[in-house]
Amino acid sequence: MTGLALTRRRFGQAIALTIAFSMAPRVGAAEAAKLPGSLEGNRMLDAWLRVNPDGTVTLFTGKVELGQGILTALRQIAADELDVAPSRIRIVSGDTAQTPDEGFTAGSQSIEHGGIAVRYACAEARGILVKLAAAKLHGAPDELTVEDGTIAARDGKSLTYWALSAEAQLRREATASVMPKPPERLRYVGKSAPRLDIPAKVTGRASFVQDIRLPGMLFGRVLRPPTYGAELVSFDDARVRRAVGVVAVVRDGRFLGVVAGREEQAIAARDELARAATWRDETALPASADIYSYLKSLPAEDHVISDKGGDTPPPAALSSHAATYTRPYTAHASIGPSCAVAQFKDGLLTVWTHTQGVFPLRRDLAKALDMDVAKIRCIHVQGSGCYGHNGADDVALDAALLARGSGGRPVKVQWMRDDEFGWEPNGPAMIVELRASLGAGGAILDWTHDVWTNTHSTRPQQDGCNLLASWHLAQPKAPGKPAIIPQPAGGGDRNAIPLYDLPRQRVTHHFIRQMPIRVSALRALGAYANIFAIESFMDELAKAARVDPVEFRMRHLNDERAIAAIKAAATYAGWQPGVPGGTGKGRGFAFAKYKNLSAYLAVVVDVEIERRSGQARVTKAMAAIDAGQVINPDGLINQTEGGIIQAASWTLKEQVRFDAERITSRDWSGYPIITFPEVPDIKVTVLDRPGERPLGAGEAAQGPTAAAIGNAIAHATGTRFRDLPLTADRIKRVFG
Amino acid sequence: MADAIELSINGKMHRLRVSPDTPLLYVLRNDLELNGAKFGCGLAQCGACTVLVEGDAVRSCSYPVAAAQGRPIITIEGLGSVDRPHPVQRAFIAEQAAQCGYCINGMVMAATALLQRNPNPDHAAIRQALAGNLCRCGTHARILRAVARAALEMAP
Repeated sequence: MTGLALTRRRFGQAIALTIAFSMAPRVGAAEAAKLPGSLEGNRMLDAWLRVNPDGTVTLFTGKVELGQGILTALRQIAADELDVAPSRIRIVSGDTAQTPDEGFTAGSQSIEHGGIAVRYACAEARGILVKLAAAKLHGAPDELTVEDGTIAARDGKSLTYWALSAEAQLRREATASVMPKPPERLRYVGKSAPRLDIPAKVTGRASFVQDIRLPGMLFGRVLRPPTYGAELVSFDDARVRRAVGVVAVVRDGRFLGVVAGREEQAIAARDELARAATWRDETALPASADIYSYLKSLPAEDHVISDKGGDTPPPAALSSHAATYTRPYTAHASIGPSCAVAQFKDGLLTVWTHTQGVFPLRRDLAKALDMDVAKIRCIHVQGSGCYGHNGADDVALDAALLARGSGGRPVKVQWMRDDEFGWEPNGPAMIVELRASLGAGGAILDWTHDVWTNTHSTRPQQDGCNLLASWHLAQPKAPGKPAIIPQPAGGGDRNAIPLYDLPRQRVTHHFIRQMPIRVSALRALGAYANIFAIESFMDELAKAARVDPVEFRMRHLNDERAIAAIKAAATYAGWQPGVPGGTGKGRGFAFAKYKNLSAYLAVVVDVEIERRSGQARVTKAMAAIDAGQVINPDGLINQTEGGIIQAASWTLKEQVRFDAERITSRDWSGYPIITFPEVPDIKVTVLDRPGERPLGAGEAAQGPTAAAIGNAIAHATGTRFRDLPLTADRIKRVFG
Repeated sequence: MADAIELSINGKMHRLRVSPDTPLLYVLRNDLELNGAKFGCGLAQCGACTVLVEGDAVRSCSYPVAAAQGRPIITIEGLGSVDRPHPVQRAFIAEQAAQCGYCINGMVMAATALLQRNPNPDHAAIRQALAGNLCRCGTHARILRAVARAALEMAP
């Protein structure tokens, strides 16, 4: 793994490195050709890699490790294109002082955008080194071979990258003119590589931002208002200052924090903060039971994102069908609460953070603290898995605010469990209404999809400031305007356009700006509920048409890779048409192509319903995935297994609870997630396509898994459940 | 501040001047600079902070140091290292049984406690032994395989 900048000495070295390195501006950008992936926005080769005289290569990436194995995969890609052993490659990731700006590590785009940039940059660097060697060895570049950084001529003479490193000029704009290797010449890509970070994590080596210890470091905790809108009426800070170990009490508007010499003292002092503060709130949250009708009653902007065949009169249908599906607010619910370390020194702020985007975070920190961005450095260090926009960015500002009040000493802040559940931006609630008509032979003649939801990203963005504490300051910042993530990726409307070939379809995204519950990006965004709805409805239509649901899907598809994935999963699971239902045991199928432009995934799940309780248990899940060229097959399988299990948890159990005042899911008893006795046995088969470009795969499983579970429960019980989560209570009401 | 607390951790005695009600977790992490046990909930609900006290898996976030006096404590660092991993750690590496890895300390420690009292657990026993340990990445299937592998490797 990349080293943690744990000591002042090593931190100092890192600063020195950056002075010698330029994040050069785009030269002649107007005429420059568009470069692949993240190279486009970070065009200098030396922004991506450096060849060192000591026999190593340093790779710089703006993408960060979130537990998805990206750094291991990028190292495989770089090793192949450079022809060096992976062990020679050191990776620096997500550091505003050292790495390219690749925005956020999100949306299953790291291989598609970051991986391709690394691939082209390394191929070009290899070309430069080989050309340089050719001049010295008096051979033609294409007659030279490279083995682990040693360039050899036919006559046996050789030079190493390391000897050429001083002369090799990588401070130049990338051209992407050196083609990366074809699949048959790849040695590392396509073979399972063990994750770089796992040995340290299972032996307790420092791996996480939570593990950072700096000399003189203090511990901070924050106290949020009891509700989103509560105003601080009075605050007796003397009482908190008397608590054991307290070094500083910070109040700015309704932001409250405490800093202490020991962590448990900071936690105890946080309880004192709560006792010392009086709040008033006159706002109310909408009634939880009516949340979907409340959301639909709010003003919405309607965006028709697909409209096909509407100019001809509708054909005569044999039957018409309509169904409404809902998805509740869902928490990221990271196991480790969000954490950051911040230090002010000589007018510079350094923040160690598990953010998904060090550059966007830096921009928002500068706004919140009224500082120049050039005076802030954000360094990514791994945290607990985030699954989207959780409290990672917010806690970075908390740490900075507490460090600002602590006289130059570094401060580590970790949220408490109730901070995380009470204040993280949740995955947005959604309502999906589908209508279709069927004609002869079960053909879908007409299809409409309407989805109502909030924005699916309130991450740090260009306008406004999206860090929680900034809204609570005496001079509060305004949050950025909620924005639509445009198609084809989409946000709340992600995967709302069916991949099926339908002659007439109309898909409308009803975008609701007002957000009664704080929301943002949760893994798969709207794809989770849109696919749950579409793939449930496909089963409902198949049943009406008396066609096997797998066959029904294939009849409406022309995409050959989609059909191949569906067939693969059906074969893998031994899918049998016509198995009678209603027995308490069921099998369900579902499919999607994530975002309609990333990985294809089809899955079969088996469920058993316990009649006494109504509890559905997923016993087996069998999936087939086509992610194009696979970089690290075991990494892909790990992500897919994880996606299936996480989606099973969302689908069967999860719902953020709230009352008129506040979020009431505040710990794991109030927000249960799937446990070991409940997880299915999982098998994943990979359709490797080395000749195709790699497709983002980290979020491919969520939607199909939800729908396959819904379909299996419908098969097991004979009843269709359309409101998530599919809990024992709901099932027991009709099946027991 | 009270009298010094004496703790036996990974075979070494430590004398610490901390309040006796201090949860063991903070002493391990902040005084002894042991990273393995993690703060997850502070409520003994998730298991990320699990350590062994006299061979039992306990939640160090809710276990006062006073109660730990005179009882040998083993943390994940005391099991083995990257160069010399314990069979359970080796099995987790072999099965690539982690994604983010934040919960994995608890999984390794709960599995170690299980295998000490039941060297031949069946699949149901492994699931049950880990029932109180939460994983959010969905690495459960691999963790179960890792524990089963460790049981095989450690079988006499």
